[in-house]
This record gives sequence, C-alpha cells and structure tokens, in this order.
Amino acid sequence: MRLLPKEVESLWTLFTGPTIWAVHFLVCYVAVAIYCEKARTGPFTFAEMRLALVLVTLLALAGIVLSAWLAWRQWGFGSGDPPHDAPTREDRLLFQGFATLLLSGLSFVAVLFVAVPLVLIEACQP
Amino acid sequence: MAAPLVLPGCAGGQSALDPAGREAAEVYDLFVVMVIGGGVIWLAVIGLLVHACRRRRRTWSEEGAGRLIAWGGVAFPVVALFALLAYAVWLMPSIRPWLDRSVPEPAMIDVTGEQFWWRIRYPAEDGMAAFETANELRLPVGERVAFSLRAADVIHSFWIPSLGGKMDMIPGRTNVLSLLPTKTGVYQAPCAEFCGASHAYMAFSVIVMDTKAYDDWRRRQAAGNRPGGSEGERLFAHHGCAGCHSVRGVTPVAGLGPDLTRFSDRRTVGAGALANTPENVARFIRNPSAIKPGATMPAFDMLSQGDIAAIAEFLTGRP
Repeated sequence: MRLLPKEVESLWTLFTGPTIWAVHFLVCYVAVAIYCEKARTGPFTFAEMRLALVLVTLLALAGIVLSAWLAWRQWGFGSGDPPHDAPTREDRLLFQGFATLLLSGLSFVAVLFVAVPLVLIEACQP
Repeated sequence: MAAPLVLPGCAGGQSALDPAGREAAEVYDLFVVMVIGGGVIWLAVIGLLVHACRRRRRTWSEEGAGRLIAWGGVAFPVVALFALLAYAVWLMPSIRPWLDRSVPEPAMIDVTGEQFWWRIRYPAEDGMAAFETANELRLPVGERVAFSLRAADVIHSFWIPSLGGKMDMIPGRTNVLSLLPTKTGVYQAPCAEFCGASHAYMAFSVIVMDTKAYDDWRRRQAAGNRPGGSEGERLFAHHGCAGCHSVRGVTPVAGLGPDLTRFSDRRTVGAGALANTPENVARFIRNPSAIKPGATMPAFDMLSQGDIAAIAEFLTGRP
C-alpha cells in the first residue's frame, strides 16, 4: 500500500485546508507559549515573534488559497451544480472538488480568526 | 412594558450592569455591544422564519435562494463574528490591565482569601504605616489600585462586579489585578469561586471614597484603637479573643483570625454575613457556625450574656 497515491483521486486533498489550519494553530499557540515562558532569556522581542507569526499566517493563507484553486479546478470551475451524488467516477471527483473548496473556505476563515489575537494582544501576561 | 419594572434590578452595589470603575465600564460596553448585536441577528433570523412560514408564498428561484444562503448564511456570519471577536480581543488589555507593571508588588494592596473571610493588607504609603484589616476594602476614587491576590487554603475568587474583575485566588500563587474606581459609593464583592460550606457568606464591602476621606481613614486605621479601659476590652483579652484577633493599639498582634481594629467602622459582621450591630456581634460570638457553617471560630456560648454584650459593645462602640 502506498501512502501517497499516484493520482489526484484521493481523499488526501480534501484535508489540505483543515490540516494547514491545524498546523497554523499549533505553530502560533506553541510559539507564543514558549516565548512567554522564556521571554526574559529569548534572543528576540515579542514584536519580532509576532512578525514571524504573521508571515506564517500569510503562508498558511496562501497554501489554503492554492488548495482552494486546485479544488475549484477539480470541480470544473463551477460548471456543474451540486449535489454530485450519482454513483459515477465523474460525480465523485466533482463532489470531492466541491467539498474541498468549501473546507478550504472554512479553513481560510479559521486561520484568520486564529490570527486576530496575534494582531491585537500586545505582550505576555506576567 | 415590563422593562421599567425589571430594569431597576440591574442597578445597585453588586451589579456589573451599573459600573463604577473603568474595567467594569469596558465589560459593560462589551456586554451592550454583544446584546445589541445578538438582538439584531435574532430579529433577522426570526424575520426569515416568519417569511418562510407565510401563507401565500411565492417560491424563491433557486439562484435567489442560493444567493441568500451565501450572503446571509456564510458571508454575514463570517464578517459579524470577525468584527465581534476583534472587538472583544481588542478590549482585553483594558479589561485586564495586567501589562501595567509600574506598581511594584510591595505597593499593592494584598488580599488573601481564607475560609470564609478576606485578609486585607494595606502597604505603607506617603508616610502612612502599613496595616492589616479584614472584610472591608476602602479605595480612593480616580486612582488606579493594584491588588496582589492570594489564597490561604482553597481557591477563592476576587470580584467586585461594580469595579471590575474577576480574578481567581489560587493557593501558592500570586495573581495581580488592577482597578480604577470612577464613582464614590458602597459596593459589594462576593467570593466568586465555590470554596466550602459558607461560600455564600463570604463577601466584602468596598467603599470608594474621595481622596481626603480615604487618607483620613487610612490614618485612623494605621493608628489603631485607642485603649479605653472598658470592661469589654478587658474581657476581650481575658476570654482569649485576642489569641486570634488583633485589635491594634489594644492587644498584641495575633493574626490568625480577622483583624478587628476599628471594627466599629465596618458595615458587616462575619464577612458580609450580618449587618454590624451589637446584637449581631453577640450572636456571632455565641455561635459562629450557626451563622457561617464551617467557620473555624469555636462557639463561645459558655460565656455569660453580660460578658458577650460587653465584648460586642467594645467592638462596635455601641451599647
């Protein structure tokens, strides 16, 4: 059994958006937690760490947009209307493309929501 | 129509809806924004429900319905939630001005939660000595005060709804909270974390005063009681009350139970359990557990009525 499939037709693409969201959340959370614990000995300032996390956020958003574009393409750029529920290979592809597109949208918003405190919180709580 | 009858219940000395401090005002603003936002969304959803249930219906085109779902069900919630989240997060530093570490810890008012009362230590300030008191906090209006919050036994929580908070008091930890009272008045502060049998009877009064009255009060407190040689004063020491309770100026420092210096100035007996009257003080001395279940102070019902009345008179300054 291969871990990575040869063809696009795989459930893996479906999870791209949510996976990026989860990784982004983890990176932000862990980075801030470790920074605040070691704030006095750390080699960089809170502003620098925040800037780094903003870059991570932009990267995550770019990844999600890419996944959404691929999904849109798989969905045939919206040429057919859902539900794609016929037991055919084509409908399966279209359904998966559409579901991936929606999940990408959700992940995009979720990443933004995670990033809001980063912009507005000013420092670690002593 | 019921609003004028119901709304007065929101005022008073223990209401977050009647703010008297900067932090409480911020929380109140957040509450109002959320209620109005929630109300508008609720009305819109109910409006759509009524629209969907109407009798003579003209069917929506599939495209129109899709547009409504996309805008009303996706775009609007995303934007509205984003705005509300950003507003709430933006308010956080001002609701909890923990970043203001300009006050060094020794200059903070130290409040320790104990089952079931509050130990309060004022620091030395402007030539006024440090002193300990209990169950009543006095603050100057318009001045930022910082509290260092501790717990002696179990978790308690410090909350003055009219001024701001709350902040947990955790054994082995010191939490810091800073508040800015903006209106003079008398406020109530309940313990906000269940801490045992008398949790509901664990409260303190907060009196926000203008600066001059506050300084006078501090001076009086720091000076302590003046020995008067009364019978009650003698009995207070004779029956062992002074073993746990200090009355500065009259008895040696004890520090186990609540400090009772200038007790006559306080509003309540037993940390908010009863009003401060000689009868209630006598009731408390006779059997504290009848008023506050689980209180550590033993019953002194073996004392004569006369002795108890004399001690109550000594403490309250009233016969």
